[in-house]
Amino acid sequence: MHQKASDGIDWKAIREDFPILREQAHGHPLIYFDSAATSQKPRAVLDVLRNYYEHENANVHRGLHELSSRATEAYEKSRQRVASYLGAASADEIVFTRGTTESINLVAQAWGGKFLCDGDVVLLTEMEHHSNLVPWQLLAERTGAQLRFVPVCDDGTLALDRLSSLLTPEVKLFAFTHVSNSLGTINPVRKLCENARAGGTLTLVDAAQSAGHMPINVRELGCDFLAFSGHKMCGPTGIGALYGRAEILDSMPPWHGGGEMIVSVTLEKSAFKKAPHRFEAGTPNIAGAIGLAAATDYIERIGRSAIFEHDAQLARYAAERLAELPGMRVLGPTAERGALVGFVMEAAHPHDLTTFADQYGLAMRGGHHCNQPLMRRFGLPGTTRASFYFYNTKEEIDRMIEILRDAIRFFS
Amino acid sequence: MSPELEELYQEVILDHSRRPRNFGDLPDAAVRVHGDNPACGDEIHLGVKFGPDGSLQDVKFTGHGCAISQASASLMTMKVKGKSRAAAMEMLRAFHDLVTDETAEASKMLGDLGAMQGVRKFPQRVKCAMLAWRAVEQALQQSTGESTISTETEFAAS
Repeated sequence: MHQKASDGIDWKAIREDFPILREQAHGHPLIYFDSAATSQKPRAVLDVLRNYYEHENANVHRGLHELSSRATEAYEKSRQRVASYLGAASADEIVFTRGTTESINLVAQAWGGKFLCDGDVVLLTEMEHHSNLVPWQLLAERTGAQLRFVPVCDDGTLALDRLSSLLTPEVKLFAFTHVSNSLGTINPVRKLCENARAGGTLTLVDAAQSAGHMPINVRELGCDFLAFSGHKMCGPTGIGALYGRAEILDSMPPWHGGGEMIVSVTLEKSAFKKAPHRFEAGTPNIAGAIGLAAATDYIERIGRSAIFEHDAQLARYAAERLAELPGMRVLGPTAERGALVGFVMEAAHPHDLTTFADQYGLAMRGGHHCNQPLMRRFGLPGTTRASFYFYNTKEEIDRMIEILRDAIRFFS
Repeated sequence: MSPELEELYQEVILDHSRRPRNFGDLPDAAVRVHGDNPACGDEIHLGVKFGPDGSLQDVKFTGHGCAISQASASLMTMKVKGKSRAAAMEMLRAFHDLVTDETAEASKMLGDLGAMQGVRKFPQRVKCAMLAWRAVEQALQQSTGESTISTETEFAAS
């Protein structure tokens, strides 16, 4: 898969950019198959973080001194960088947040709190991560709005034939994931947004599993909001962003109050800044934002199309090899999948399997993957998930298969 | 095979997870406790019948989950069956120490349960091992009726 002439990229050399991949775990070379939980970080990002703290660190938008100017410039440049990475019309459409979860909560509280009333509906899908479910449950409780769900078919795809009957005029927002974090399903975002828009419904795309894995252009997708996390795409933890179409962001009230988001304050009341600063109360994660911008630079140097192709090949290969094992059930669509494979094995429970694999240096995730309703839908207490990124190799998948064969022998 | 794995998954544990003892419904149970380990999806449904002297006359369970949770439940039922409430509570405390305390010696009273000692090297698996014991603790507390417990609440007996 690596050193493949067709894409001209030396994937083995790219591994050298990630110091952590030289680590051992339990005395074995680390095989990191948990990038859907969080990705590893290249030296390019680590260096930028260090450089920021050594040469630019100061608070933003308030100091009149040299360092504050540098920090402010770097922070706002990062916003522009993220905007261009997502194809947004303007940097004003990018709100920095702690990550996908906070981005979705922002929309639920600021937009939902203002515009949703008793009887309105938020349409979700059965495959949403808890981060795109629980905020809406909280909102529904507060406003009397209802939640509705697009069902998931047995093959792990959305029941698209049900969409038109679900998208009734009461549906004010359709929020759905781009790539399922436990099935690997890639949802047809553009089509979903088109259908929603036709009925005047706004859309929110959870891009946690896609932002670092494939080309994304919010204007081509036609979404109104898009949320993602930096740490799943080579960036630091604690930083992410919300894209919101300017017109909608401008119509939303603040959600957190504090410094940085105000124009003027009296003891009685305050006037607020325009978006996006209205939504960024308090000192932001400046280093995180700069690190995130560095991560987008790094990813773009490799190329998102090449990364997508590489990861898809790995995931397909993994699904094929896994299917060779006895008592194996591979979840999710076969035709096309994101950079992960979820599976269950008769011989061993996901937690026994991941404990076993870990002793051989293989890091996978076992459990419900913050997808409890989806697990229930498939009648499973949990699954084992192997998730990939461009630094993983076919040889690592071969080694995973060997370890799983050993596990089957051990537990049977 | 790594020594930690050998220690965690001793033959007696694998045996009990493959062929759990006292597995099945207890139709005349005085108390039923549904135990849930939401982090892992492990489930234990425990039924206890008390004798005239208040001892645990019969104990059975059903459920599903990882090898550790199911083997622990199987071993637990074998151990507490026929015992007085006080003896069962004492075992619960000894077992909790066994799987959490690095320095605890396996108490003689635990017998086969000593095989679960390997769990202490795997802190994420302690809840799996404790699930059945949390359920029996609840059964002893309420004596009749039906209830649900979860490992996500604080363990009270330590």
